[in-house]
Amino acid sequence: MSVDIQRTARSQVTFRAIAAHAILITYTLIALFPVFVIVINSFKSRNAIFREPLSLPNAESFSLKGYETVLKQGDFVLYFQNSLIVTVASLTMVLLFGAMAAFALSEYRFRGNLLTGLYLAIGIMIPIRLGTVAILEMMVASGLVNTLTALILVYTAQGLPLAVFILSEFMQGISDDLKNAGRIDGLTEYTIFGVLVLPLIRPALATVAVFTMIPIWNDLWFPLILAPAEETKTITLGAQVFIGQFVTDWNAVLASLSLAIIPVLVLYLIFSRQLIKGITAGAVK
Amino acid sequence: MGSLSLKNIRKSFGNVEVIKGIDLDVKDGELVIFVGPSGCGKSTLLRIIAGLETESTGSIEIDGDPVNGQSPSMRGISMVFQTYALYPHLTVKDNMSLGLKQAKRPKELIEKRVGFASSMLSLDDYLDRRPAELSGGQRQRVAIGRAIVRQPKLFLFDEPLSNLDAALRVNTRLEIASLHRQLSATMVYVTHDQTEAMTLADRIVVLNNGVIEQVGTPMELYNEPKNKFVAGFIGSPQMNFIPASCLKIDDAETIGIRPENILIDGAKADLTGKVSHIEKLGSDTNIYADCADAGLICIRLFGQHDTEVGSDISLHFDRDKMFKFDKNSDTIN
Ligand SMILES: Nc1ncnc2c1ncn2[C@@H]1O[C@H](COP(=O)(O)OP(=O)(O)OP(=O)(O)O)[C@@H](O)[C@H]1O
Ligand SMILES: [Mg+2]
Repeated sequence: MSVDIQRTARSQVTFRAIAAHAILITYTLIALFPVFVIVINSFKSRNAIFREPLSLPNAESFSLKGYETVLKQGDFVLYFQNSLIVTVASLTMVLLFGAMAAFALSEYRFRGNLLTGLYLAIGIMIPIRLGTVAILEMMVASGLVNTLTALILVYTAQGLPLAVFILSEFMQGISDDLKNAGRIDGLTEYTIFGVLVLPLIRPALATVAVFTMIPIWNDLWFPLILAPAEETKTITLGAQVFIGQFVTDWNAVLASLSLAIIPVLVLYLIFSRQLIKGITAGAVK
Repeated sequence: MGSLSLKNIRKSFGNVEVIKGIDLDVKDGELVIFVGPSGCGKSTLLRIIAGLETESTGSIEIDGDPVNGQSPSMRGISMVFQTYALYPHLTVKDNMSLGLKQAKRPKELIEKRVGFASSMLSLDDYLDRRPAELSGGQRQRVAIGRAIVRQPKLFLFDEPLSNLDAALRVNTRLEIASLHRQLSATMVYVTHDQTEAMTLADRIVVLNNGVIEQVGTPMELYNEPKNKFVAGFIGSPQMNFIPASCLKIDDAETIGIRPENILIDGAKADLTGKVSHIEKLGSDTNIYADCADAGLICIRLFGQHDTEVGSDISLHFDRDKMFKFDKNSDTIN
């Protein structure tokens, strides 16, 4: 009797596990499919792309023409470098300033604490693109148009609200006793922040890093408006040169997109171990 | 090593006054325990002494020096927290030595002090481990070791044993007692636990709602409580409070009698009631009797007794051991 119940319970657990995995695998396949199509087609000749877009490249259809075009177009390396500089610099600033603001908001009682927190959180709900015109005017006035600095500043502003919000939630969870023990041992507030608090919120930092990084890397809007000059183009903007009004060099577009995936993938892998901890932090004690 | 003197300490959070004027002198080498109900301000007062919280008014002197406004690390104190609060990324040894390293003390001195503390607390085998690799009791010993290594003028403990299980609590309690004897250090200790307070303290400070109700040795508080609150707070099971009218006593409002001072005696019954519950502890038996107007009364008998729940019971109170309280709940002598 009790064995039966156990068996039913166990088979129910197995069934649930299978169902959950089936759903997750299906979702993964759907999400990866476009990426997969882009990557396989970037290795095919133009004709093959249109004839059989879903087939893998074979001896007959294999072609590296797209990659040749992209690499021959000398600026491509520069675009790549621009994207990397903008993303990494913005990410660093968002994480550093976000963590500092979050520490101040969660650790110190001061007049206007709550108000400041709310003010910073409003940025999550109002898209920064609504302010594009004003931002452009400001950049023109300060002579920052067509510089990477302009992009870095805008992306830092764009990323900060969510970073402050998530990080201060996490920081509130860190025991006061630990910070107080540090104070009694004579650690400065900066050391407490850097040595005691930051390592404990590493998963949260990684989560914020991933959520901040991807929209910046993929953004087409601000590079187009604030920094469209040849020497400041980012990769997403650079790839547009192959899309013409009348003729589009599909080989080159697909090749440049495939290449553009690599750096984010690397950054993502760096953060992902921490990220998994971050996502499950609340759920699994 | 160090005395402590508090004068008219007050603390408000916003509009709420939490500490309402505390005056207290702790002598050199004394172990003073703060007890009181949850939320009465024990931890807040301890944090004010440590400098982790700023007092709204009042002055604090440690070893004769005013320390108001000084940072915690300059006050010559050590604190042990309920949650251990060890640095998770440092080894036991580094946890204990961080404070001295921060104060730029010479290496040999640090080695010597860590060695002394770790052998005293039997932590020698664990010096290279991280806190995550220790048991709860070991972690709390490391936290105590971290406090010893600083050689403070004043030790502060905030409920250091309440996260430990019962057996470990007794052991660590003995360890703190022997530590106090060996170092003859001044200690201020916060606890919820009656037994801890009664067994460890040189003097107990009973706090209620941000004010001191009474200060005294454990036996003073037990034998001569100043008011109903202290009488009820010290002693376990709690003192029984009976309206004086039930006993036909007219020079008091309430009568207090400890469970151990009630006799079961049919001939000289002051009150009668029905047994509603019995707790058998082996060495003692606690009987709860429901006595009409007087309410539920606890009687503590030495040894083992068999009494039926629901049976009638007659209680006799030892007149000499009765406490009388007036309308303001103060003790009448
Ligand atoms: N930072 C704070 N802001 C506002 N109120 C606070 C703050 N810290 C403590 N309090 C209030 O002060 C009162 C005393 O708190 P405290 O922590 O000193 O109590 P306690 O006696 O240590 O209680 P316990 O025995 O439960 O630890 C409580 O009512 C608490 O709500
Ligand atoms: Mg407390």
